[in-house]
Amino acid sequence: MHSFWYRANAVLTFGVTMLAAMCTLASISDNFNLPSPSAEVKILNINWFQKQANGNDEVSMTLNVSSDLSSLFTWNTKQVFVFVAAEYETPQNALNQVSLWDGIIPSKEHSKFWIHTTNKYRFVDQGSNLKGKDFNLTLHWHIMPKTGKMFADKIVMTGYRLPEEYR
Amino acid sequence: MDCIKSFRDVKIRPALIQLLNLGILICSALVLWKGLMCMTACESPVVVVLTGSMEPGFRRGDILFLHMNKEPIRAGEIVVYNVDGRDIPIVHRVIKVHERKDTGEIDILTKGDNNPVDDISLYSGGQLWLNRHHIIGRAKGYLPYVGYLTIIMTETPMIKYALIGVMALLVMTTKE
Repeated sequence: MHSFWYRANAVLTFGVTMLAAMCTLASISDNFNLPSPSAEVKILNINWFQKQANGNDEVSMTLNVSSDLSSLFTWNTKQVFVFVAAEYETPQNALNQVSLWDGIIPSKEHSKFWIHTTNKYRFVDQGSNLKGKDFNLTLHWHIMPKTGKMFADKIVMTGYRLPEEYR
Repeated sequence: MDCIKSFRDVKIRPALIQLLNLGILICSALVLWKGLMCMTACESPVVVVLTGSMEPGFRRGDILFLHMNKEPIRAGEIVVYNVDGRDIPIVHRVIKVHERKDTGEIDILTKGDNNPVDDISLYSGGQLWLNRHHIIGRAKGYLPYVGYLTIIMTETPMIKYALIGVMALLVMTTKE
């Protein structure tokens, strides 16, 4: 009854159960954090804007992203993945989302940032619909926890417009 | 004669009960897995991360809990996808989405957070986008390290057989 294996099994089971309970509680505690992040994205320059040989519009731009995401961090946060996407509608597509820049914020100390960058990923449309196009820039974040549930949300910034002519 | 006598001594009834217990154990594990499959609408509700392409967020040996629902896939989500002609699913992040107005069909481009370039070179020849049917699930939850055991077991099968043997022996010999 009280053999070595019986006790070893009991200790192991208890240990795993406690660990699972602690992970669950840590993940639940994330829900009590009500973040209030802020972000601002400015388009400093349209570097070039043209139609590719295959008929798709492509644009290159310089962005300035400033953001304060410090309120997203809790004790269960491993890192926050942040990216800026251009979002727009075209006659064929109900939604186009093109990621322009992304980054990993490893800790709360780095969560207030300011970056000046050209688009890291190509801004290519499916077709030729970008002339004079109104679009949104959306700052998305994805909170990756030490354990448990992942959270994601965004700030939508409206009122951006591409030039009427290629350049 | 002694040999036959020792065979007679084996009691059929307790042995059957032991076997039945083992069966119940296996069945309940199966029920749990299939139940999870139904709840998450996912072929494999739990996956083990095999590569470092999503580091430092996900490391090799971490596990992800997947979910699949009717909601449209959007940029920023971490999805698990299968490419035609490859049997190992890949866990990467969606960076571009184009959703058609008339059919609702969706074109997706993915990239690993730790990779320098997007995944087009991973897709099968000439394929530029992933579509809805390539996606197996979307990652919702995360647990570190737990999957390492399965990695060890698939890479050195000897350990797996030894572990199964020891467990079978324990189940057979336990008398409660």
